[in-house]
Amino acid sequence: MALPAHISASPVAAPSRTLVYALVGNPNCGKSTLFNALTGLKQKVGNYPGVTVEKKVGTAYSQHGQPITVVDLPGAYSLAARSPDEAVTRDVLLGRRADTPQPDRILCIVDATNLERNLYLVHQILDLGRPVILVLNMMDVAAASGLTIRLARLEHELGIPVIACEAVNGKGIIDLKLAMSRADLPLSRHAWDIPAAIAPAVAELQASLTSSDGKAPLIARAEALLLLTDQDSVRVAGSRPLSARTAEILRSWQQRWARDGTDWAGTLVSSRYDVIGRISGDVLQAGTATGASISDRIDGVVTHPVWGWVTLGALMTALFMSIFTLAEYPMNFIDSQVAALGEWVKASMPDGDLRDLITDGAIGGVGGVVIFLPQILILFFFIGMLESTGYMARAAFIMDRLMGRVGLNGKSFIPLLSSFACAIPGIMATRTIEDHKDRLVTILIAPLMSCSARLPVYLLMIAALVPDDRVPTMTKVGIMLLMYALGTFGAFGFAWLFKRTLLKGEPPAMIMELPPYRRPNLIEVARHMLERAWLFLRRAGTVILGISIVLWFLSAYPKAPDGTPPSQQVAQSFAGQAGRAIEPLIRPLGFDWQIGIGLITSFAAREVFVSTMGVVFNASADDDDTEPLRKALLDAKWPDGRPLFTPLVCFTLMIFYVFAMQCVSTLAVVRRETNSWKWPLFQVGYLTGTAWLISLLVYQGGRALGF
Amino acid sequence: MKLSELATGASAVVRDFPKTGTAFLRLREMGLLNGTRVTLVRTAPLGDPIEIKVRGYHLTLRKSEAEHVVVELAV
Repeated sequence: MALPAHISASPVAAPSRTLVYALVGNPNCGKSTLFNALTGLKQKVGNYPGVTVEKKVGTAYSQHGQPITVVDLPGAYSLAARSPDEAVTRDVLLGRRADTPQPDRILCIVDATNLERNLYLVHQILDLGRPVILVLNMMDVAAASGLTIRLARLEHELGIPVIACEAVNGKGIIDLKLAMSRADLPLSRHAWDIPAAIAPAVAELQASLTSSDGKAPLIARAEALLLLTDQDSVRVAGSRPLSARTAEILRSWQQRWARDGTDWAGTLVSSRYDVIGRISGDVLQAGTATGASISDRIDGVVTHPVWGWVTLGALMTALFMSIFTLAEYPMNFIDSQVAALGEWVKASMPDGDLRDLITDGAIGGVGGVVIFLPQILILFFFIGMLESTGYMARAAFIMDRLMGRVGLNGKSFIPLLSSFACAIPGIMATRTIEDHKDRLVTILIAPLMSCSARLPVYLLMIAALVPDDRVPTMTKVGIMLLMYALGTFGAFGFAWLFKRTLLKGEPPAMIMELPPYRRPNLIEVARHMLERAWLFLRRAGTVILGISIVLWFLSAYPKAPDGTPPSQQVAQSFAGQAGRAIEPLIRPLGFDWQIGIGLITSFAAREVFVSTMGVVFNASADDDDTEPLRKALLDAKWPDGRPLFTPLVCFTLMIFYVFAMQCVSTLAVVRRETNSWKWPLFQVGYLTGTAWLISLLVYQGGRALGF
Repeated sequence: MKLSELATGASAVVRDFPKTGTAFLRLREMGLLNGTRVTLVRTAPLGDPIEIKVRGYHLTLRKSEAEHVVVELAV
């Protein structure tokens, strides 16, 4: 049999250069585990420029110690990309990305227990005309479920090396490295007959893509096939629009097929599955395992109409309990260490602005962010565990209907839930949402979930609101819950609004795989957690450092004469002047310029409000003991002698903090995740605007009712 | 009958499938094609989405998609 034209040419990698392998596979097939097993700690994690898709590159070593570069591409079900992640995978494989070299060879990993669907992507990848190694992962699970896979037959059918592997315990990695080190990796001999109705179009498009779009012939063929898989040619072309000639050829074929009723996209997909069905029928020998699998039995409980909610509720309670209780110890430790560092700097440096800048500006500001690290670590550990076991998909499954009411889908549930701890990891967790608009809506509403940084503000205001201990604790808890509920309802309301106006789109589909439950891989989870924590520290930390210094400057300058008490220093500083400047704006809410200073300084981070109030009202304040500050607040008066912090003002202030976008770190993360300043600025505008409006209604309404 | 009307635990073969739409392209690429055998595993506690077994794995989709997929009850 003559070799088909597309596989007769072999791109030979120059031996002087390090070989570049791309690692591709479906989600949930153990790809990252294999990547870690291959590259160990030699990894670089970054971002693809222009998109917020994680880029992971590592170095593996051949049996002879030669370095091999491995690029871990995002999990994909098809090269007809649907999410930004899949688009990166497609673009790297097609050599479209200038920042990543086109891989010399491709490592395809598939889940041996789910061969048919996994082979669909492999089948598309064989079209690329690069040497491919197929890794059959989870062979142990397949064997346990009674599945026998005839590797030699599969190798023969596809004409590429097939390696059996158990990435979790490192079995098969040596064989794989041996195969990867081979200098003479063969090209696939797999011949595939493109359906007759489509074949002439493929040839014509391939020719045009080669001559008019400047693509290499092999790539041109793969691109032609993609154009005939996805009806949306703009999406396939991505950042490089088709030439007029190619677009014209495509259009005329589509018109012809529309006339004679050919389901061209369907034909191509089903002919691939026909081939795959034949191969897997040949290769697979199903065992005699019958009855419900363990996964089915777990799902019977976890997605049960009653037990499902109980499970979800219990897990969420456990999550929040650990965030708020377990995290307290390391948080106190960090707090004391930061304070000790500040003291040490104070003691070892001469008096002056530089010292104050370092202690109050840099150490204080960055310390205020680092203190949230334990909560973020716990949150990512939990999310990692839920993802690693497969529970996350079930949570999305049972929550989808509720989320669907406001136009989102179940995948937005976890990011929003995480935002109760901190919006930053929540926003980072939106990466699993494929639909761009859904993801954006989730990011926009995430800061409405009352995060832990609001707690100090709520606590202080509740303390000032119910001035003595005669009020039962339940009232305080009730006020607190009201704030949480208000934020949550606000979030869903805005999601509903955005999905109908600004970010109108197709109703999101909920096409999601429910992977079998697996024992969580603790090393992977820990690794992921640390990666994310590092990202948080680096990105949010740098921004916070800058802003803290600016804010310190604003409250330290211009200098008052020596001997002025700190409260007067703040009053006449730039921040104090700004507070006075915005007073006309916030007076209708019942706030004076001193509260205004707090609003301005806490723009960096909400909890800064508490320490600012401490400085402004000349009372020592920390989170543990708000008593002196509470007294000072209750003594505060308007110039005409009316008390400033009336219960209504305290309540209004809390409501302001429920809605207002008072967190620079979140804005920095949104800027990075949406890749533009447009969305974070919009977020500040709509959230702070809403905060002002609702506070106005509450305060004026309260006044009218006589409070 | 429609895929959305399948009873829990029942198996059926896909007979007609929408030709256009991103969701349907993806369902196709996930292996749901004319002639494919599917089993309805369960419906989510709130009645939507549904979970089906197709080509040996579990997949969820909303009823709004499932009602466009025509199936024939398998014996």
